[in-house]
Amino acid sequence: MTIRGRAFIAGIYEHPLREIPDRSNSQIHAEVAAGALADAGLSFSDVDAYFCDSSAGFGPLSMADYLGLRLTHVDSTETGGSSYVVHVGHAAEAIAAGKCQVALITLAGRPRSAAMGGRPGGGGATPDMVFEGLWGMSGAVTGYAMAATRHMHEFGTTSAQLAEVKVAASLHAQHNPNAFLREPMTVEEVLESPMISSPLRRDDCCVVTDGGGALIVVSPEVARDLSRVSAKVLGHGEAVKHADNGRLDLTYTGAVVSGPRAFEEAGVTQADIDYASIYDSFTITVIETLEDLGFCAKGEGGRFVLDGALVAPDGRLPFNTDGGGLCNNHPSNRGGITKVIEAVRQLRGEAHPAVQVPDCTIALAHGTGGSIGSRMGSSTLILGTEDA
Amino acid sequence: MSKPLPTPAPVSPPETDEFWAATAEGKLLLRRCDDCGIPIWYPRPFCPVCGSFRTSWSEASGRGTVYTFTVVHRSGIPRYREALPYVVAYVELAEGPRVMTNIVDCEPDDVVVGMPVRVVFHDTGQGSALYRFQPDPTAADDGI
Repeated sequence: MTIRGRAFIAGIYEHPLREIPDRSNSQIHAEVAAGALADAGLSFSDVDAYFCDSSAGFGPLSMADYLGLRLTHVDSTETGGSSYVVHVGHAAEAIAAGKCQVALITLAGRPRSAAMGGRPGGGGATPDMVFEGLWGMSGAVTGYAMAATRHMHEFGTTSAQLAEVKVAASLHAQHNPNAFLREPMTVEEVLESPMISSPLRRDDCCVVTDGGGALIVVSPEVARDLSRVSAKVLGHGEAVKHADNGRLDLTYTGAVVSGPRAFEEAGVTQADIDYASIYDSFTITVIETLEDLGFCAKGEGGRFVLDGALVAPDGRLPFNTDGGGLCNNHPSNRGGITKVIEAVRQLRGEAHPAVQVPDCTIALAHGTGGSIGSRMGSSTLILGTEDA
Repeated sequence: MSKPLPTPAPVSPPETDEFWAATAEGKLLLRRCDDCGIPIWYPRPFCPVCGSFRTSWSEASGRGTVYTFTVVHRSGIPRYREALPYVVAYVELAEGPRVMTNIVDCEPDDVVVGMPVRVVFHDTGQGSALYRFQPDPTAADDGI
């Protein structure tokens, strides 16, 4: 695939001012976005991809929320002043690949006003952070706890059902010599752990660990020449879900968009998934994501995880066989990379023998970022064995 | 009864100066879109629903219900630790938006989803006040 002739720049806008002491970076991003869309004859509702540098807030999430965008592709590649040229190339690739149709690229900054003692307006002072930074939100758990409260209210989900997710992860972690928590747990033990932010207890939370991970993605030609077995990328979807002009619904995640797109591109269904790495920052993250990916109906996640459904190798949907973020590892407070790593181990047949899924040919890895309690990124990846 | 909460002053972008000045006078303002009419939250001079920059302030009723909440028992925020346990919530305003806030003036364990609440203001001492919400007995009376 080449991008040649596959994408066009249809709108441009340069902000007319050279000194802007009285507006936030966010507002300037919004103004240039509106200008470029008007130039193209398009509107905000046409935009399905957004590109920004590190000036826009929390990655692309803050401006997606500010502008009310419905996104299936995002990119916040930061390469300094070259970023926006990189973004055009990446946007063209995404358009050529069918990932999006209308990409918005914005830049905003106020170095002149800032140097003259101007008001703060960018970075950590994006308005979303101002209005959510005053109430004692203690890390990520507070927002996820509010999601759990609402899920329980609407669907009758229980703390014991949340605990089943931790128990399944712990049963897997006992076989991982590197896991941070290696002791198998019971539902009762999880329910006796200290309350952190109701209804979430200590054992509803992932571990906090140092460390990291890395992945190598190659062309088919390179893969063919390597002696190691590779995992084939079959499909992928991504989405941003945000506070929706203050009408946020905490009972679902961006997986409702990223999941179907990944399944469609891969040409498989939920029934084809032999193994799933599900982002597990908290137990409620897993419950909502399982529903949103279509492994059960909305609201049924708490009941779905009963009876060892997530436990390898014999459960209905073996998950997080490394012990997941809940027991094994959550390096840099970000669990996405370990989700992909364990999915590849399963497809290679190199998971621990006690948790290796027999004949694992199709695997799913799902990442969640930001907070399901406000604005978040979701990405779903479907992988197969080399001959899948 | 919940303990007194800290009152950190907002570091506000310029376009919400009026909002915070109004809180010091006991008023909760909503930005409203002059084109499609929808109340906008968080406050900004842009309508994320219809894309308009034609927006203006109006005063909110200050009444709402608890959409969801959590009782915080462990906090990594030093000035909030002395107030443990405290309640962080999203309150659904009568006008529609769900706003992050605290529920105060009641036992944390008495907070439930759907509970009627009304706004109270806690002065930051720096020309602004934090909008928090307390149980609304008048709404409860209405319900009986």
